[in-house]
Amino acid sequence: MIHIHDLHKRFGHLEVLKGVDFHVEPSEVVVVIGPSGSGKSTLLRCINHLEVPTKGEVVVDGIPLTSAENINRVRAEVGMVFQRFNLFPHMRVVDNITLAPIRVRGLSPEEAGERARVLLDKVGLGDKIRAWPDQLSGGQQQRVAIARALAMQPKVMLFDEATSALDPEMTKEVLGVMKDLAREGMTMVVVTHEMGFAREVGHRVLFMDDGRVVEEGVPGQIFDAPVHERTRAFLSKVL
Amino acid sequence: MVPGFFGLDMDLTLLDAVDSEFLGLNLSLILRSFPLLLQGSLITIEITALSVGFGLIIGMFVGIGRLAHNPVARILSGIYVNFLRGTPLLVQIFIIYFLLPIALGQRVDPFVAAVTACSINSGAYIAEIFRAGIQSIDKGQMEAGRSLGMSWSLTMRTVILPQAFRRIVPPLGNEFIAMLKDSSLVSVIGFEELTRRGQLIISTTYGTFEIWFSVAVIYLVLTFSISRLVKYLERRLTPG
Repeated sequence: MIHIHDLHKRFGHLEVLKGVDFHVEPSEVVVVIGPSGSGKSTLLRCINHLEVPTKGEVVVDGIPLTSAENINRVRAEVGMVFQRFNLFPHMRVVDNITLAPIRVRGLSPEEAGERARVLLDKVGLGDKIRAWPDQLSGGQQQRVAIARALAMQPKVMLFDEATSALDPEMTKEVLGVMKDLAREGMTMVVVTHEMGFAREVGHRVLFMDDGRVVEEGVPGQIFDAPVHERTRAFLSKVL
Repeated sequence: MVPGFFGLDMDLTLLDAVDSEFLGLNLSLILRSFPLLLQGSLITIEITALSVGFGLIIGMFVGIGRLAHNPVARILSGIYVNFLRGTPLLVQIFIIYFLLPIALGQRVDPFVAAVTACSINSGAYIAEIFRAGIQSIDKGQMEAGRSLGMSWSLTMRTVILPQAFRRIVPPLGNEFIAMLKDSSLVSVIGFEELTRRGQLIISTTYGTFEIWFSVAVIYLVLTFSISRLVKYLERRLTPG
């Protein structure tokens, strides 16, 4: 579903990604962990070209991210959830969710509205359809953001530290929605500091440090028997 | 009898017969001139509203141009803003007034010249207001729009600009007030707005202080009312 080869990203003199190879199969849940500044968010943002790679190739669902047209096509197939929700504050919840399906997919307002209702029920916010974003708690806003991304019926969902701005109780409700999604077979790439989630839900865990993938494997192997010294050092600090 | 400035014949000399003075000011001259000055102030409001209205359209495109990816759009809009903010409006009015007839090959009404000059000038200031308003919107908003597959311009129109509009109401109000005062400069090309009308009345009545004080008070009432109106709009537009 996602194929990344020899990905480099440089911000000025700072090289954030130093040659990353990365593949994700359909219905796979890949969790990316690592210390701050290791390049995991940048890797995620290169998948839908919110960051333009300095070098390397990215292919999503058979579409290479080369032309502007391809990039918009890929973005429509790839849902993204941000650390800071990024809901549109001037629109009601329903309009947040229906905007892109109407304007990009060409759905009628009725179809898009119906889809929004179904998705809001799914994330447990069916009664908030007419609310404004600032009337919702952080956890509720993030669940609306997930519904907004799902409304495009994406083939892949990217989660960029989706629970880092939330308190533990809200974290739980958002992780619950993400677990349901994984169970339904959604292809997911999750950057997170939630090691419990990585172990329980991830099919594969990648440990990144200093712009490279240091180690990858099934959660049991990474968490219980890490091979690499840097993986061990990192896990001993966070577990 | 003095000849009327705009069809109204007024016998202002009669005023001398009325004995009504306050602090050495001829009160009846003020009262008699007031309707004429009020008419002038309507014209001042008209030219200001038109100029800021056209300036808003110019400013939106130039302001977005300043932030565009396209280097040509960025450079051209940068030149526009810097040239118009870096030269006096008075000079711009003269340039437009004398250039426009040559460019168009026909006589140009002072009203057209005045509105053209003020709109072009106001457009530059409003462009900067737009640029700042757009830049004040969190970057995550554009990223969220793009990540949903929406193009840059679609995200700009549906997500960024509606939020930016609310933030630019207060500085836009300030620009309106500034333009209201600066529009007095078009009196130099003989366009009869409030200031010019005051000058004309003085030239026939010699009531220098009476008229200039009246003119100042009218400007003050106008700018004060507008600043209150802007404050009200600001409260109405605050979300939540």
